[in-house]
Amino acid sequence: MIEIENVRKSFGPLEVLKGINLTVQKGEVLTVIGGSGSGKSTLLTCINGLEPIDSGRIVVDGIEVHAKTTDLNKLRRKIGIVFQQWNAFPHLTVIENVMLAQVKVLKRSKAEAEAEAVRQLKHVGLSDKLNVYPSRLSGGQQQRMAIARALGMSPDYMLFDEVTSALDPQLVGEVLDTLRMLASEGMTMICVTHEMKFAREVSDRVAFFDKGVMAEIAPPEELFGAPKDPELRKFLAATH
Amino acid sequence: MFNYNFRWGQALNSLPQMLEGALVTMEIAILSMAVGIVVAIVLTVFRLSGRRLLAAVATTWVEIARNTPALFQIYMVHFGLGSFGIHLSPYLSLLIGITFNNAGYLAENFRGALKAIPDTQARAARSLGMSAGQAFGSVVMPQMLRISFLPMTNQMVWAILMTSLGAVVAMNTDLYGVTSELNARTFRTFEFFAMAAVIFYLITKVITLTARLLAARLFRY
Ligand SMILES: Nc1ncnc2c1ncn2[C@@H]1O[C@H](COP(=O)(O)OP(=O)(O)OP(=O)(O)O)[C@@H](O)[C@H]1O
Ligand SMILES: [Mg+2]
Repeated sequence: MIEIENVRKSFGPLEVLKGINLTVQKGEVLTVIGGSGSGKSTLLTCINGLEPIDSGRIVVDGIEVHAKTTDLNKLRRKIGIVFQQWNAFPHLTVIENVMLAQVKVLKRSKAEAEAEAVRQLKHVGLSDKLNVYPSRLSGGQQQRMAIARALGMSPDYMLFDEVTSALDPQLVGEVLDTLRMLASEGMTMICVTHEMKFAREVSDRVAFFDKGVMAEIAPPEELFGAPKDPELRKFLAATH
Repeated sequence: MFNYNFRWGQALNSLPQMLEGALVTMEIAILSMAVGIVVAIVLTVFRLSGRRLLAAVATTWVEIARNTPALFQIYMVHFGLGSFGIHLSPYLSLLIGITFNNAGYLAENFRGALKAIPDTQARAARSLGMSAGQAFGSVVMPQMLRISFLPMTNQMVWAILMTSLGAVVAMNTDLYGVTSELNARTFRTFEFFAMAAVIFYLITKVITLTARLLAARLFRY
């Protein structure tokens, strides 16, 4: 369970998160939508402790992320994250990308890590790309590799930050299919996305962020069918 | 006016001695590069550490190495330390001096290379639970070394040529030292120095070619 309690966060004078309260249950798929600069990415990077927060707290499975005593490296094993910008490690082959942290962080043997990497890459449909370098992959394949790399750590949570928004339109589908598959397998996920159709289909709940505030949160049929927040109405009208 | 008679026989007879000198030159260059790369990595980590004292040490090192003559650097190791009662052999003084210079130049190259690696690389590594050290060692550093490969090759060539600066500390076993002693004994200046120049040239060519082959093997991405 991820519990976010009254989290505030500023970059200099700019308050980016203005008191966020949100709980994500085990097995839940939450999608986050909202305008540019509304704080969606910042929230994800606060959840895995890449960014500090100013006040409030974030608790993952009973562990307070920003407590001084928390071992963030250990906590991050539980929380996989995939970013909008592709960040394959270019000097490693696809399979080495997926093996690296398993060996370094989880101290798995090479053989174990390799077996797990093969399994995850097969899972995301990259069985035929094991030994190529990322520069040979399309954007969609790079994103699926990044997903496999995160899954290789056997995380309990997956955070996705607009993983399709840097992709050519024809490649979006294959990545969304991978996310759908994970959702159907019961993975707990927070997906920041611009893909409204996808959000409608896979989400248990959808949250709408507006200027650092979570303006509305509801199951998709309710949020899309009968939006209450006036900004959300404008946002939905603009995206259709 | 031009009445110098070339006598190559004597010079050719001394070839084995000169080649031995060339080996010493190569040994110094290789050692000074190997240690220089390691020190440059340490200096780079110092600069990234966010600790002011460490960063200042690294910056000072780089500034001195790049902005004073290499000859002074070697001279200081030998005679400068000598005035504090630390007396190093010519060989060690030359080796340390060149290593100092290599480390400074390489650290600056590494800094440039790091600018070309997006922050998102380290972020992605940290997100996978890797420590800052692991992220640097396994993700950032290999890319940094790859980007710096050509400058490293140039520095290696430069290290070979810098061995001739051993003259200021009376180094006499390297290629330049051997040549200059032969010259002093025989006064066949042109022949000996021309041969030494050819040997220097061949060594540096071999280095650049080897580096190119190595790069093709190492960097397949
Ligand atoms: N490291 C940073 N330093 C300073 N300002 C930042 C930093 N990261 C984000 N911001 C600012 O914080 C605000 C929120 O950014 P964030 O990336 O969380 O928005 P977002 O909702 O993800 O937007 P988008 O849909 O464009 O990705 C923006 O105004 C952004 O410019
Ligand atoms: Mg964002």
